[in-house]
Amino acid sequence: MTQLILFNVFNGLVVGAFYALMALGLSLILNLTGVINFAHGGFLALGAYIAYTLLPYVGFWGALVIAPVLTALVGIVVERVLIRRLYGRDPLYSLLLTFGLAFIFEDGTRFIWGAQSVPYQIPASLTTALSPSLFFLTGYRVFMVVLVAAAVAGLFLLLTRTRLGMRIRAGTLDLETVSVLGVNVRILRNLNFGLGIYLAGLAGVLAAGMLGLQPTIGTSLIMPSFVAIIVGGLGSLPGTLLGGILIGVASGVTTVFFPSATEAVMYVMMGIVLLVLPRGLLGEEGRF
Amino acid sequence: MRKHWGSGVIWLLLFTMPFWMLAVGGYTELAARIVVLGLAAMALNFLLGFTGVLSFGHAAYFGLGAYGVGMTIKYLFPSTAAGVVIGVAAGTLAGAIIGALIVKLRGVYFAMVTIAFGQVFYFIAFRWNSVTGGDDGLTGWGRQPINLGFTTLDIQGNDKAFYYFVLALFTISVAVMALLLRGPFGRTLLAIRENERRARFLGIPIELHIWLSFVISCFFASLAGALFALVNNFTDPRFLRWDQSGTFVIMAVMGGMRSFWGPLMGATVYVLLQDYLSSHTENWMSFVGLVFVLVVLFFPRGIVGTARTRTVAEP
Repeated sequence: MTQLILFNVFNGLVVGAFYALMALGLSLILNLTGVINFAHGGFLALGAYIAYTLLPYVGFWGALVIAPVLTALVGIVVERVLIRRLYGRDPLYSLLLTFGLAFIFEDGTRFIWGAQSVPYQIPASLTTALSPSLFFLTGYRVFMVVLVAAAVAGLFLLLTRTRLGMRIRAGTLDLETVSVLGVNVRILRNLNFGLGIYLAGLAGVLAAGMLGLQPTIGTSLIMPSFVAIIVGGLGSLPGTLLGGILIGVASGVTTVFFPSATEAVMYVMMGIVLLVLPRGLLGEEGRF
Repeated sequence: MRKHWGSGVIWLLLFTMPFWMLAVGGYTELAARIVVLGLAAMALNFLLGFTGVLSFGHAAYFGLGAYGVGMTIKYLFPSTAAGVVIGVAAGTLAGAIIGALIVKLRGVYFAMVTIAFGQVFYFIAFRWNSVTGGDDGLTGWGRQPINLGFTTLDIQGNDKAFYYFVLALFTISVAVMALLLRGPFGRTLLAIRENERRARFLGIPIELHIWLSFVISCFFASLAGALFALVNNFTDPRFLRWDQSGTFVIMAVMGGMRSFWGPLMGATVYVLLQDYLSSHTENWMSFVGLVFVLVVLFFPRGIVGTARTRTVAEP
């Protein structure tokens, strides 16, 4: 029993790390521009399929490096052409447009790569269990958690230590002042969007290794990311991280006792959080 | 005067639809679908266009209405009326509870929370196989003839009878919404939409009004859902999913969310387009997505809104 619970807590941690990675990208974009990117799941799927296409040529590690970058480039183009027109407008319009994009992405991946799900080869070194008693600690799962942790650490370093990061954080608080101080806000928003999509692409490659590939892979993962952001508190990146891990572990533990409520439990958590702390766990009064 | 003329034309078209639908290449079920989804879009617009609050999760209440009617007829009693009552009650109750949790939130935050809460019911319907039929939807039931005492309304076998049954409920719903909007309550909602802070200073209980508007909107959305299940004799978990919610929003926006009839027009265009595309191309999702993008970029005011600015511009 203990082992079963331990297994599901760890499983929840893996899933939670994953939600957090996706939710952090969404949060970055939302905080700076007020755009809810419904197409985030579509970008995730795109990242996964790009990796799948590259895999025979560059191998697992190559795909892991290149695919998220290519996805981010697509994101930067999409921002320039479409998303840019939505800034300052009612959130209704950004929701609708990115919603339409999500449709196009899902259908597009189905059109290009087929509706059947396909397996994603991961190196044999990552598939073995680390120890026979803790059979659930497969290398890939541990690797995922470590990689997500590294990516999150990298993101927070970027945001606190580099000029770009500081500008993004300043822009989150007051974009107008940042603009007056001489920062090119158009480029800032563009790069920030690309950064968010990079995280989605990375999540996509990792998801491909864990779940295999299907065109709906992104749409099934976007809702938990929304919940993660709300539980953690809108406007707070550490909150988003915390929210993602919390709902992942909560749904992992629920799987042991009440499997059919695996998803529902996150929404129950969200309801409770909203009731007790309407701003979320780490959210602050202000922008949202 | 002009306004009444327009409404007259709409009613005339709605009441005669089964008679010319076949001649223009449609079918009676398509007419019923337009009316039902039109009702859902108008219900959403009560909140979106007339209270200024963006709910992106109305599929939940729509779907609860649908599952309410289906499960009642299948498991409890084979009565259409009882099914509709229970479906609407379920949807409205869920709306009342969720509404109470979220009335204090605004803007993006409100939208996100409505999206997320909307998914709860989808997962329940999807997971609870033994009762809801899971991914395959709830089958093995159908609409039942309605016994009115003096006569029986055969909505089961007679397509036209069913259409007029749907239209009758549509008419009552639309009349109630129009009366509410015309009265002091509706004016208060408009005041909140235009300037919430000022309305608050006037002593209007904002949260109560938004909650009431949310619940009323959910009531009619779940009625539409119940009717939609009857149209199809089937419920699908996708009725409850976020893409269905988005569809209602695009219907309202495409038609014109500042006008009373706009969402019905948006729903008509959407239903016809989807019917046409899904029978002509495998990739209809891309086209629908493209419609979303184009509407946002070029027709943010919708059909009615765009037409109005044109007529105002010309002296």
